[in-house]
Amino acid sequence: MVGSQGPQPPPFPMEPTMAQYQAISKHPPKVCQEPHLPQGHLQPQQHRLLVARLHMASLAKEMYRMGQAPLFRCKGPPTSLASASGSFPNSGLYGSYPQGQAPPLSQAQGHPGIQTPQRSAPSQASGFTPPASGGPRLPSMTGPLLPGQSFGGPSVSQPNHVSSPPPQALPPGTQMTGPLGPLPPMHSPQQPGYQPQQNGSFGPTRGPQPNYGSPYPAAPTFGSQSGPQPLPPKRLDPDAIPSPIQVIEDDRNNRGTEPFVTGVRGQVPPLVTTNFLVKDQGNASPRYIRCTSYNIPCTSDMAKQAQVPLAAVIKPLARLPPEEASPYVVDHGESGPLRCNRCKAYMCPFMQFIEGGRRFQCCFCSCINDVPPQYFQHLDHTGKRVDAYDRPELSLGSYEFLATVDYCKNSKFPSPPAFIFMIDVSYNAIRTGLVRLLCEELKSLLDFLPREGGAEESAIRVGFVTYNKVLHFYNVKSSLAQPQMMVVSDVADMFVPLLDGFLVNVNESRAVITSLLDQIPEMFADTRETETVFVPVIQAGMEALKAAECAGKLFLFHTSLPIAEAPGKLKNRDDRKLINTDKEKTLFQPQTGAYQTLAKECVAQGCCVDLFLFPNQYVDVATLSVVPQLTGGSVYKYACFQVENDQERFLSDLRRDVQKVVGFDAVMRVRTSTGIRAVDFFGAFYMSNTTDVELAGLDGDKTVTVEFKHDDRLNEESGALLQCALLYTSCAGQRRLRIHNLALNCCTQLADLYRNCETDTLINYMAKFAYRGVLNSPVKAVRDTLITQCAQILACYRKNCASPSSAGQLILPECMKLLPVYLNCVLKSDVLQPGAEITTDDRAYVRQLVTSMDVAETNVFFYPRLLPLTKSPIESTTEPPAVRASEERLSNGDMYLLENGLNLFLWVGASVQQGVVQSLFSVSSFSQITSGLSVLPVLDNPLSKKVRGLIDSLRAQRSRYMKLIVVKQEDKLEMLFKHFLVEDKSLSGGASYVDFLCHMHKEIRQLLS
Amino acid sequence: MATYLEFIQQNEERDGVRFSWNVWPSSRLEATRMVVPLACLLTPLKERPDLPPVQYEPVLCSRPTCKAVLNPLCQVDYRAKLWACNFCFQRNQFPPAYGGISEVNQPAELMPQFSTIEYMIQEDDLQALKESLQMSLSLLPPDALVGLITFGRMVQVHELSCEGISKSYVFRGTKDLTAKQIQDMLGLTKPAMPMQQARPVQPQEHPFASTRFLQPVHKIDMNLTDLLGELQRDPWPVTQGKRPLRSTGVALSIAVGLLEGTFPNTGARIMLFTGGPPTQGPGMVVGDELKIPIRSWHDIEKDNARFMKKATKHYEMLANRTAANGHCIDIYACALDQTGLLEMKCCANLTGGYMVMGDSFNTSLFKQTFQRIFTKDFNGDFRMAFGATLDVKTSRELKIAGAIGPCVSLNVKGPCVSENELGVGGTSQWKICGLDPTSTLGIYFEVVNQHNAPIPQGGRGAIQFVTHYQHSSTQRRIRVTTIARNWADVQSQLRHIEAAFDQEAAAVLMARLGVFRAESEEGPDVLRWLDRQLIRLCQKFGQYNKEDPTSFRLSDSFSLYPQFMFHLRRSPFLQVFNNSPDESSYYRHHFARQDLTQSLIMIQPILYSYSFHGPPEPVLLDSSSILADRILLMDTFFQIVIYLGETIAQWRKAGYQDMPEYENFKHLLQAPLDDAQEILQARFPMPRYINTEHGGSQARFLLSKVNPSQTHNNLYAWGQETGAPILTDDVSLQVFMDHLKKLAVSSAC
Repeated sequence: MVGSQGPQPPPFPMEPTMAQYQAISKHPPKVCQEPHLPQGHLQPQQHRLLVARLHMASLAKEMYRMGQAPLFRCKGPPTSLASASGSFPNSGLYGSYPQGQAPPLSQAQGHPGIQTPQRSAPSQASGFTPPASGGPRLPSMTGPLLPGQSFGGPSVSQPNHVSSPPPQALPPGTQMTGPLGPLPPMHSPQQPGYQPQQNGSFGPTRGPQPNYGSPYPAAPTFGSQSGPQPLPPKRLDPDAIPSPIQVIEDDRNNRGTEPFVTGVRGQVPPLVTTNFLVKDQGNASPRYIRCTSYNIPCTSDMAKQAQVPLAAVIKPLARLPPEEASPYVVDHGESGPLRCNRCKAYMCPFMQFIEGGRRFQCCFCSCINDVPPQYFQHLDHTGKRVDAYDRPELSLGSYEFLATVDYCKNSKFPSPPAFIFMIDVSYNAIRTGLVRLLCEELKSLLDFLPREGGAEESAIRVGFVTYNKVLHFYNVKSSLAQPQMMVVSDVADMFVPLLDGFLVNVNESRAVITSLLDQIPEMFADTRETETVFVPVIQAGMEALKAAECAGKLFLFHTSLPIAEAPGKLKNRDDRKLINTDKEKTLFQPQTGAYQTLAKECVAQGCCVDLFLFPNQYVDVATLSVVPQLTGGSVYKYACFQVENDQERFLSDLRRDVQKVVGFDAVMRVRTSTGIRAVDFFGAFYMSNTTDVELAGLDGDKTVTVEFKHDDRLNEESGALLQCALLYTSCAGQRRLRIHNLALNCCTQLADLYRNCETDTLINYMAKFAYRGVLNSPVKAVRDTLITQCAQILACYRKNCASPSSAGQLILPECMKLLPVYLNCVLKSDVLQPGAEITTDDRAYVRQLVTSMDVAETNVFFYPRLLPLTKSPIESTTEPPAVRASEERLSNGDMYLLENGLNLFLWVGASVQQGVVQSLFSVSSFSQITSGLSVLPVLDNPLSKKVRGLIDSLRAQRSRYMKLIVVKQEDKLEMLFKHFLVEDKSLSGGASYVDFLCHMHKEIRQLLS
Repeated sequence: MATYLEFIQQNEERDGVRFSWNVWPSSRLEATRMVVPLACLLTPLKERPDLPPVQYEPVLCSRPTCKAVLNPLCQVDYRAKLWACNFCFQRNQFPPAYGGISEVNQPAELMPQFSTIEYMIQEDDLQALKESLQMSLSLLPPDALVGLITFGRMVQVHELSCEGISKSYVFRGTKDLTAKQIQDMLGLTKPAMPMQQARPVQPQEHPFASTRFLQPVHKIDMNLTDLLGELQRDPWPVTQGKRPLRSTGVALSIAVGLLEGTFPNTGARIMLFTGGPPTQGPGMVVGDELKIPIRSWHDIEKDNARFMKKATKHYEMLANRTAANGHCIDIYACALDQTGLLEMKCCANLTGGYMVMGDSFNTSLFKQTFQRIFTKDFNGDFRMAFGATLDVKTSRELKIAGAIGPCVSLNVKGPCVSENELGVGGTSQWKICGLDPTSTLGIYFEVVNQHNAPIPQGGRGAIQFVTHYQHSSTQRRIRVTTIARNWADVQSQLRHIEAAFDQEAAAVLMARLGVFRAESEEGPDVLRWLDRQLIRLCQKFGQYNKEDPTSFRLSDSFSLYPQFMFHLRRSPFLQVFNNSPDESSYYRHHFARQDLTQSLIMIQPILYSYSFHGPPEPVLLDSSSILADRILLMDTFFQIVIYLGETIAQWRKAGYQDMPEYENFKHLLQAPLDDAQEILQARFPMPRYINTEHGGSQARFLLSKVNPSQTHNNLYAWGQETGAPILTDDVSLQVFMDHLKKLAVSSAC
């Protein structure tokens, strides 16, 4: 906890035991106060980044500048700190601030066990007080902190944030609103090493910020003040440990207001939970690429030491908010895009033009290439091409090239892609009303096929297949009066019975298609067929695309385990007894190799498969999802589908899935500058070699996580470059290349690495890594690996970057202070630690979902958002501030919405006001609320409107429709809900946040000792 | 010998039987010396308007190995109500209230099942075919079951019962399937339902399933018409330089499997309409590369026909299966190039199906031929019968050596089966899956009576032909023909035997043997064999002085025989030169099933001459008959050629026929046309009709047939100016005869 050197008792004197944990938590929370930063230096983006980070960094900096002895017990040589020109590591100490010398701490509140160095923008002690409510509860914290406020009660805020000044407090506002243009140049040339995260470091040079004027009044908080604290803690106060909510809120407040300009190398973008705009000034938007760290260790030794995975989460076709322009399309005519002759990297802003513009040096492999005459342009005095700003490929981070015929399969421009709808018409599908519902929906949905830009109608052709244990193809040629059905029963050796008339233009064949969709439910109304096939269905679709010589997407609507005699026949192998055994991995592995083989063929044809499952029982998602997974498709699962209950969810998902823009037959290649290279890839795709990510289809939601390893030394000067090139066929059949470039910094100091990390991205990587691991290793081993890695990361920090302190103190880097809580969420997720109610299918389903999630999705998936409904004024239009996902945070007089991107709960406290119940549910009392309700009545009152509006807006944020479940306190369903309160101990044995943190501390200590 | 001629004709009229010998040599040794085997041409369903079916079960001999049918040749003891079988001499009791009766037909009660499977091709003249098929629907009896299978790259079995969406089951054209698989895939196999003892099984389940594909015409007339109307060309693109993919082999296999599963042992026709050769899958005859032409005789001789053996095997397998089920396969192949009849021939040959070859479905040749299939007899029934079995019984002096015709062996090895096979032998029963009133089999016998066991004077040999068949009216019928001939001792009664020689029947029977051999042997070997037989016959029955060719004479009953053989040697049945393998197969197919008259026409075409000099007259099939002032009408069975002599052609060109004063010329021109029309009306398949004149390119049809008595080699030697020289090196009949005589009298031979 507090100062290790100080008089205070070390919070973790020995091996932490439960008792000790409890003891720890008894400590009164402390508030750290930091030094001030000259705000003039704060870039707007930087501000938004992580206000909290600044705090400790600047504090340390300040102290250092003042010539004091090193305050932090950093193991690293002081020189290294110095060399960073005062950019002190934004190391965080949990409570281990040197007391004596620490001027920065303004308040005497000792931090209990833990503190993180604060990244928050420096602010004055006085500025930090939580709103008057002052309660220990988080929600109170979420109120805006006003600059003028003083730190409130000791226990008010979370440790991490304790010191974080309210963003508003920062005058930088004035700066931020100012023109941003000049900034990047200002910084980069002068202090290449400085990254925005290190704003704090500017403090000293620029002089104190206004708000920090009173430098360290509260500094004593660190440790020194803790001296007086009475007793060793008995219990770790949840409020005293880093709160995700607080971090999110702070980032939102600090960085959500100004655009994030990508001009500067190695900037850490705002958190994914923050709304911000991006201005592309040469690096790809974080919507396309996010990295675990924006400062890469120069050597592999360093990287190994730190154990921080170097990974980028790439979403090449990410959708952008309407305010941001989608990438420009560059047409280089017949010569095609300009590339480096050696490494084949595409022209990008980092390419260095030399010899007056006649040649350019590749920024990736240093090869010197001639500039083709038609591309020649003079250079200006800075060595920049005169036309740099006229050419997207010379000035932007993301852009597209029109591909030439050389980039096409068989040297032929592709035909427009096709969608094939393949509908299970077995007894189950008919009985649940699925077929009727689907056919009805398709009639109108076909008008909304994705189209390119301003195209009047979609170029995509459609085809239809129904199946049970045989397949029915339909000829819907426009010239026919009636559709024709062609049955193929040779499922063992699938083929496509027709070419002409199978894939048609919707408008031309509308009458026939409508007639078909009308007749399908009738034709099979009396079916008794319960057996289905699966592999032959996909094969048929793929063969159809092959015959039509186009790429495309199959929409498969499937209900049951394919037990009919056919390739890919499956048996029910669900066996819960395998859980926690060495054989558990088999539950995640496909039953037969047929699926992989098929997937390979699909990828070769550019056939992407989206699977909609409607199982009543085990369907072996692990096997069925292989093809969607490898072809870049999606899996949707609606267990026990009933039209009344699930219609909206299914239709909404279907609509979105059909309408979303997709790239087909794609190949993605990630090039890097010399020194690192992409070594591992995670996501929904197929790879036939070690470098090319092949995606039969890729939509705006699909993400590929790429891990990098060193193969040489990196250079601090030149940094590290990534170029992600995606070759794909647009939905109009145009072959294109999308290029994303990103420049990262390189560091020789571990501290720089830790200061420029992004925990959300790290978690994204680690979750994917672990979720893939369960395929091959026992789950326990996977969990242990995660814990070990996390402990190593933190231990390395402690050892190398933090100031020396008592071993009993847990010190977390500012940027990673949420790592333990998030990692715990990953560890107790359904895949890694299944509860009794989680089916094997659910686990497999979640496993594959996570594989292609982006950072925002993993963030909320692992740490769900819990929004109180009645706390904030009813008029407020913004989302209410979230509370921490713990039962303790729930007030039984309130209602909460909980969402994790897949599920949405409305929890109603038992003593919620009657009026509220009335206005929301239209019933008179709590007891009359139907538990498990999935639709709120439409009532004309502000509360009802607000809640429903909120639900709608939550749904709009997610790529899948979340079905609402109303849960009453103390009701049976509450168990389900509690599963998502991830800070608590879970029923399946998952540790609570507090417990896990203690455990992590123990691990770190073991590593250090 | 007029009496014998009459006798022969009478017998043919009455029984549809013509024997090569009408008095039989009484010992085995003698019989073999007769050269031409004892054999007969049997037309089982010879139309007998005067023969009403009898509504009784036939009375059978009670000996299990015999079971001959009571016939007029049996000795009947009316008082004892006994009859003695004339084949095994078993004495049998009459059933109560039974009188002697010559022919018995007994209807069997069976479901009316007459089904047709129709196949379609994807060709440019698809339209014409569609019309023909639609027309054919109107000709079928309303309760006939029909189905439709179409094929191209894929094979589609159309479901006929559905409303709204038309439904078809599709099969890959490259994969052969077993009948079981086909039935599984078509959903025809009864679902293995758990036994429900207490409850009665729903009876509608099974018939329902099978009738999805086969429906009574009256029910799905509209459906099928629409379906045919909507048929399109095979939608799979055909790239330049490729043949369209045609999965004939699989399509046939599926049709066979479908019928096998649904209506085994019930009359059914599979009608294959194809516009080109099978190009993929089992039974493919040629690849889809256009630059590689389909196999020719030359390729076959050089063993260069890559797919032939495999394809033939495939179709043979199908044909045998079809035959086993009592169904028949028709092939209607219309294309300018070959369509693979050579490989597919067995389908029609073994099952008694029709084979029709034309240039296009849009020709009258096809259209009328096809229509003719559905003509009806005097009773209003189709002239077709199904699923016949022919059972032959002989008296003990005879054994059965084999049969040649549209039949397959049933492998019934009775006591009267000879060990020496001629044609399809080793059995006394054959299956004829499809037959019409003209279908004719050649049946060969062997006299087994030993030389030292003389037959008593006046003894008669007897043969009984029992034909079970399904009449087109769906009745089961049995036709029994029993014939008897006298035995004669060769030593003493050679004259009798000679006189009773039926040279026409003998020529056809020998020709069938020759053609049968030609299927498996080299052409020259067959010719040599035929020559040797002819020489031996001449040696045996000619009158001559040794080594004196000029003294050689043949009696009247043999006089035409050598001439038949001469033309047979030149016929397309034995000569493959200038014929494609498909054409050869086509000709041979018809030769093996037509009756005696038609067969003779095929062997030796008929030539009529029309002139101002008198009424039309048959003239010698000789180049000397080609005269300037004649019109010739030649009937080769497959072709009808009208040939205008040089002068006539000039006259016509000058337009004399349009001048009133030359009306007689007009009549002259018209006369052969009318006669040709008459032949065209009756003939099945419809012959190719050729109207040509002197110097016309089509005149080659005539010139290739006539005896080349005048050629460029001997034109002046003969010193006559009449006739037309033929440019050929073929020997003429005269040369042939000279050689024959020389060889016959030579003692060296």
